[in-house]
Amino acid sequence: MNFEIIRSYLPLYIEAFMLTIKIGWIGITLSLAIGVVSAFILHFRIPFLSAIVKIYVELFRNTPLLVQLFFVYFGLPKIGISISAEACGALGLGLLGGSYMAESIRSGLGAVKVSQTEGALALGMKKGQLFTSVILPQAFTLSVPAIIANVIFLLKETSIFSAISLMDLMFTAKDLIGLYYNTTECLFMLVVFYVIMLLPVSILGSVIEKKTRYKMFGDK
Amino acid sequence: MLRLLGGLGVALRISLISVVISIFLGIILGSIMTLKNPFINAISRVYLEIVRIMPQMVLLFIVFFGATKVLGLNFSAELSSIIVFSFWGTAEMSDLVRGALSGIDTIQYESSYALGMNTTQTYIHVIIPQILRRLIPLSINLITRMIKTTSLVMMIGIVEVLKVGQQIIEANRKSSPNAAFGVFATIFLLYFLACYPISCLSKYLEKKWEN
Repeated sequence: MNFEIIRSYLPLYIEAFMLTIKIGWIGITLSLAIGVVSAFILHFRIPFLSAIVKIYVELFRNTPLLVQLFFVYFGLPKIGISISAEACGALGLGLLGGSYMAESIRSGLGAVKVSQTEGALALGMKKGQLFTSVILPQAFTLSVPAIIANVIFLLKETSIFSAISLMDLMFTAKDLIGLYYNTTECLFMLVVFYVIMLLPVSILGSVIEKKTRYKMFGDK
Repeated sequence: MLRLLGGLGVALRISLISVVISIFLGIILGSIMTLKNPFINAISRVYLEIVRIMPQMVLLFIVFFGATKVLGLNFSAELSSIIVFSFWGTAEMSDLVRGALSGIDTIQYESSYALGMNTTQTYIHVIIPQILRRLIPLSINLITRMIKTTSLVMMIGIVEVLKVGQQIIEANRKSSPNAAFGVFATIFLLYFLACYPISCLSKYLEKKWEN
């Protein structure tokens, strides 16, 4: 291990780290938005739309991100839709994540007990009130652990972007290995940067999971 | 098309070998983890955390390039991908096994002892059937995730379905320059066809055994 090399590579890695984080968070925000909308559509069984959402969710949950990215990045330009690599990465991540988020949020919505709805209705709440002040908070609490697991999963998946030549951490490491053959140092830094990025999220996840478990309403 | 199927075969073979290894090791590790030995707990926590936060791609690179450089071990691409996927799958599987085992109430053990069963009988007739019901849908889910993740092995030079697709596109660049759309759409569908029945099965079993 040569620390001189590590120091000289550091700026490159930090740049890549920033790019990874940027695309990661754009993708995650996008996936949350898609997920929430799809989950509502599925939960309320809106006709026609819910069939589309179902197909979308199944299609994206059952194919690898790499294949999706290749399709969007190399396949779509052939029929006239051309997207930059960055947008493509964010879009791919958003679509993949959206399908996972939709499932988690939907199961959160479905897990709120019927007695809660009945209780709220018995108290004379309107449909809107019932939804915003009884069901949503509980559904959100129920789906937080799953959402955080998805966030970690999505941040990990960003490593695949190197395949469509985005300068992310993985690409930088591969590039430097190819140029200078300092495999040990490059891989070491790669691991360190992924730990910096994901360990806090992972720890935060366990903390929140414990907190929300105590905050559950009723039994359990 | 036939070549694409052959490529998918390579991907499926790698994932199936890794699935078998990781289910086997995962069950052992998961059962050890329920013993509540603080030393084992600490080690397995670190192991799980590593697997949880390291992208599989990074692990692949470490085993394929790093191990050669540092330890002088030269794994073939296929062997290193099997090692990585088993390493990852074992962690996931052991966590599932641990969850299933610790989810069983002590009352189940107590009442079967009260009925005069000995430990072996308790496990065979009471505990294991319950664990299997919880475990099988989840592990089937894990299998689909494995199949999906094997698309990464192309990055360390294994010729699987995506690589074959690229080769086909390159070979026919002149005759049909727009092949990329069709080929990647086909691969997209192939993966879907491989994974969708499995995930349906897992959902079905989960519903069937819910209680």
